[in-house]
Amino acid sequence: MAELFELHDIEVWDGNMAASHALRQAQVDVVAAYPITPSTPIVENYANFMANGYVDGEFVMAESEHGAMSCCIGASAAGGRVATATSSQGFALMLETLYSASGMRLPIVLNVVNRAIGAPLNVNGDHSDMYMGRDSGWIQIDCYNPQDAYDMNLVAFRVSEDHDIRLPAMVHQDGFMTSHTAQRVKTLADDVAYKFIGEFKPMNDMLDLDHPVTHGAQTEEDWHFEHKARQHHALMSAVLPKIQEAFDALKALTGRQYNIVESYNMDDADIAIVCMGTSVETAEEVSNELRAQGIKAGVVGIRIFRPFPLEQIADVLKGCKAIAALDRSSPNGTVGALFNELAGALFNTGTHAVLTNYIYGLGGRDLTKSSLHSIYRDLQANAEAGCPTTSLQQFTGLRGPKLSFF
Amino acid sequence: MLEIRWHSRAGQGAVTGAKGLAEVVASTGKDVQAFAFYGSAKRGAAMMAFNRVDDKVILNHEKFMQPDYVLVIDPALVYAADITMNEKENTVYIITTHLSTQELIASQPKLSGKKVFTVDCIKISQETIGKAIPNTPMLGALMKVSGMYDIEFFKENMLKVLKKLPQKIIDANMIAIQRAYDEVK
Repeated sequence: MAELFELHDIEVWDGNMAASHALRQAQVDVVAAYPITPSTPIVENYANFMANGYVDGEFVMAESEHGAMSCCIGASAAGGRVATATSSQGFALMLETLYSASGMRLPIVLNVVNRAIGAPLNVNGDHSDMYMGRDSGWIQIDCYNPQDAYDMNLVAFRVSEDHDIRLPAMVHQDGFMTSHTAQRVKTLADDVAYKFIGEFKPMNDMLDLDHPVTHGAQTEEDWHFEHKARQHHALMSAVLPKIQEAFDALKALTGRQYNIVESYNMDDADIAIVCMGTSVETAEEVSNELRAQGIKAGVVGIRIFRPFPLEQIADVLKGCKAIAALDRSSPNGTVGALFNELAGALFNTGTHAVLTNYIYGLGGRDLTKSSLHSIYRDLQANAEAGCPTTSLQQFTGLRGPKLSFF
Repeated sequence: MLEIRWHSRAGQGAVTGAKGLAEVVASTGKDVQAFAFYGSAKRGAAMMAFNRVDDKVILNHEKFMQPDYVLVIDPALVYAADITMNEKENTVYIITTHLSTQELIASQPKLSGKKVFTVDCIKISQETIGKAIPNTPMLGALMKVSGMYDIEFFKENMLKVLKKLPQKIIDANMIAIQRAYDEVK
């Protein structure tokens, strides 16, 4: 039996430490990892907990991220609670196996500490890796601060392992801006956190030798489509209600309220910024400053990136006159992914809001409050004109000549 | 909102110092952030760490900061780093040096006319802790200059932060904090 870890009600943790403690409290059976900056401390702390007797389980040091996720897949198929962490190039190397995990309906929890993908080599935070995972069939939950990183890990295990879901989940946090920023984190006692997640209940586990099953079978044209459709169906219909249920239970337990779509100052907002990660909170602060000047500015934060809550987003944005989609990943040849999603959500809804796109913060470039003020100024002009007064896509915070497209 | 920027060399404990301060602040019910710019910094490279302290929940995650206090824990960074960057009119500087405040300003004219305090945290930590780890004494100096917390209250809380260290090291840190508190000018 694992030793009890004494926690204060409020700890000062960075996002990595918060995630490590959530993994410890989940009493994960197997962590297989190949550490990479900035997610390294998650598995490093976990190994430390294990070495000091705070966790019963296995820690497997793999030879690569591809190997790490492959070990996770094996352990999960065998019938254990499984988690790991990665970032950036490591995530890219895992990509092939991510599709295996979701296709085999294995409830693995992957902490992705978002980081730029080279070249040029860069260890800092942007959303390139998160965006790379968006068609992989995983649930993707986004965190804005260390408290979220703790809470969303607990939610991820609970939802992912539910027998109506059985899909792997990524918990995303911004590299350095969350992962290495220490803030106050309100903790749950070990037994309370464990009870919230629930006992792991195996399903079709390979080590149940009385009921032999095949994982990862070959299905050609005859059955592949039906399998993928079922997987998509589960993501589309079962996940959001279970997440809502988990959010409600977490609120009852802690008072902390999370929403599928986070909205801030949105009730009567004329102009809105839609973004992810730490940017959501910085934008909230800027919207407060604008509200003090009488400008009806709001913020919409994407909490669940996959499955994408199309209808909930359209609903929260329905009264807006001008909207900016902020993408922290180079779209390399088109509009940003969030712009695409929002356009998809708003088209056919009767809104006449002006929608524009900003690319920002690549490789950890600071998103300043001053940049956000300038985006809101653009939005005010768009709202008054009823049409875009700028190019559809602009780069913000970029040095050198102004860059914009469309 | 109170904002603090640390100038340090990687390995001197600025991140640990910023996190230690954050733990003390959090224990008083205020909200706090402690973070750093790392890059691919190697031990000895110039780096910066940051604190934000507020009575309200801190939402701001921008790295840009106009600090109320600048804490320099490596003497050479007064000349090698841009310690006055993004300063405000009333930014207060607390600088580790063996020089007197007047000698320091004479050697770095861009500090003239500013609120500068000096204390030799390197010497204090060498004489007490036995190593040049100037982070905890700098916090003692900060308590004196800022009046943020009563020094006894601060030391009591730092005891909790340092509790996993050997008793000898904890005691040495307490002496170092008190000495810097007494010696900062």
